[in-house]
Amino acid sequence: MSIHAKQAEGPLGKERVFKRDPDLPLSEDIRDLVFELEAEGEWIVQRVPEPYVEVPRKDGRAKKVPLQHTWHHKSCGQCGHIPGYSTAIFWLHRKLGLEYDDPKDQTSCTGWNYYASATSNAAAQAAVAVRNFAAAYVTGFFPLIHCGTSYGHYKEVREELVKHPELRAQVREIMAKLGKPLVMPEEIVHYSEWVYAVRHEIAARKVYDCREIVVTVHPACHYYKLVQGDAIYDPDIYGGQRTAVVTAVAKALGAQVKDYSTWFDCCGFGFRHILVQRDFTRSFAVNRKIETMLEEAKPDVVLTHDTGCVTTLDKSQFAAQVHNKKVGVPVMSEAQFAALAMGAHPYRVCQLHWHAADYRPLLEKMGIDWKEKWQEFEEDLERIRRGEKDYLTWEDVDAEIPARHFLQVS
Amino acid sequence: MALHAPPKLERYADIPYEEKERLFQEVKADPRFPDYLYGCYECGICVAACPSARFYDFSPRKIAQTLAREDVELFFYQLNEDVWNCSQCFSCNRCPRGNSPGGLITIMREVAVRNGLRSAKEALEGYSRVIYKIMATGTQVSPDMIQADAFPDWGPVAKETADNLELWRKALPPETMHTTSTAWEVSEQTLTELYLIWHMTGVMDMIKEVDEGLHMILLDVMEELLEERGYALAE
Ligand code: SF4
Ligand code: SF4
Repeated sequence: MSIHAKQAEGPLGKERVFKRDPDLPLSEDIRDLVFELEAEGEWIVQRVPEPYVEVPRKDGRAKKVPLQHTWHHKSCGQCGHIPGYSTAIFWLHRKLGLEYDDPKDQTSCTGWNYYASATSNAAAQAAVAVRNFAAAYVTGFFPLIHCGTSYGHYKEVREELVKHPELRAQVREIMAKLGKPLVMPEEIVHYSEWVYAVRHEIAARKVYDCREIVVTVHPACHYYKLVQGDAIYDPDIYGGQRTAVVTAVAKALGAQVKDYSTWFDCCGFGFRHILVQRDFTRSFAVNRKIETMLEEAKPDVVLTHDTGCVTTLDKSQFAAQVHNKKVGVPVMSEAQFAALAMGAHPYRVCQLHWHAADYRPLLEKMGIDWKEKWQEFEEDLERIRRGEKDYLTWEDVDAEIPARHFLQVS
Repeated sequence: MALHAPPKLERYADIPYEEKERLFQEVKADPRFPDYLYGCYECGICVAACPSARFYDFSPRKIAQTLAREDVELFFYQLNEDVWNCSQCFSCNRCPRGNSPGGLITIMREVAVRNGLRSAKEALEGYSRVIYKIMATGTQVSPDMIQADAFPDWGPVAKETADNLELWRKALPPETMHTTSTAWEVSEQTLTELYLIWHMTGVMDMIKEVDEGLHMILLDVMEELLEERGYALAE
């Protein structure tokens, strides 16, 4: 199966731009209800700290994305299995001179387990969410959520808490027993929205030419399908017909984003399936995503913005080789790709040695000497092995490229 | 009228109708139920979007229809045979009627777990260690889960990671991520609060229904920390 070459070049031609009817009433804005509940004394709303950037949402409204003083709600799958993902997000903040907090007073959203096993319930899930929100609130830093599932799930929780007073009462009582206030952030913000918001600052600091790099994008289901209204849709990207995150970043970096026919399909992660029913996950990831992308767009790299999607699309390729499937394309987050383009170390920062599909041809095409970089990283490892260093630190990594201050805040 | 030929449903003929009805009512009583089901056009858009429908004999449309028609027999069949096939991707939320078949399935699964259905226990076999991980440590997957024999299909990277795990974790600049048995370092106070949430919301009771052994192990681990920090459990 293949799609027309012109279509593969630029997704959705200009003539296919659909505009929202200005007379169409907007759907209810949950943020209004969140503030109403605050006015009624039901909870505290944590405001998005200034400076923030306003970005366009699917429902036509604007969303505030904080630039700094963010509380990083980390992702289990990223920190555990793709640690270069989280490290790259932090590194981007450091290079842009933006302050952040990497807390220990944070649990997983537990959404992965909930969607996998259902061994929980609405009250527990909401309590876990607001416990984390309260932990962020006391630091004065605003939650920035690394995982697509946490982001989608927390938006579900927000809707449930707003709609169901009895659930709110139950959760408030639990929080009182924990000695914490009931807090709801003004916006639920995903890290990929932050990367989107600072993409021009990133592009201005790029040190590698990305013009020859062909990218395919997998938009994450839990980012834009679970709770849809406040995902970022930008009229300049796909004519506003698909979420703009990731794609806008790749384009800002000058890479060629190519389309493929199964862009809407899930990656096949399945929550329970990736762990105990991987035949489903592998088949779907390879047949409906990787093979289709390679046949239709021949990407040098697949970029996505969620934990499960990177894991699934990357780790499912190896076994498919025995079935002579068309596989063999690196998969990473747009944060890792942006960091690479800005000169981040592929091993110290992007930690690509944790990835399964071969990323070396991509690095070569970008002009990055991976052999030299691996040698440097091996030397780091050797120093740790010999006990000369306990850990690789931010100081070691920051020393490589001096941080420049974030100059312009609109 | 049942939507399927009777032979499929006969598998559960010996379960009393009242029991099936009771479980159906439990699903319907979930406060989220009316938010997830507004009726069904039977258009099949959800099926077209559904990854599990491509792989299994599974249909989100049938789930929505069955619940909308209150077909208790077929509901019970789906509760046991279908719901665990769903990938919970929520592609079906593009439903033009505003339904969330995936959300309905979440509720059905919860009811299956809470009632300790055998099919739920079977679906969760081999998954207990993950439940243990998230409930006991606060992070769902840990670096030390990557083992060559657990992930042979991931290729040589699984073995390489496992062989170098401690060293590679030390070579991570964020200081919260030097851990191997959790994804990041979670403070003891945080974990205490998480344990209290599991107890206060009835999650421990749900675990008891599907896996008694796991329930006992979790209780032990939690009790130790909670007692250490001055909380006595009224179990
Ligand atoms: S949530 Fe389940 S039913 Fe809905 S599209 Fe995904 S796999 Fe299909
Ligand atoms: S998309 Fe909605 S209305 Fe159409 S079949 Fe599925 S549940 Fe029914």
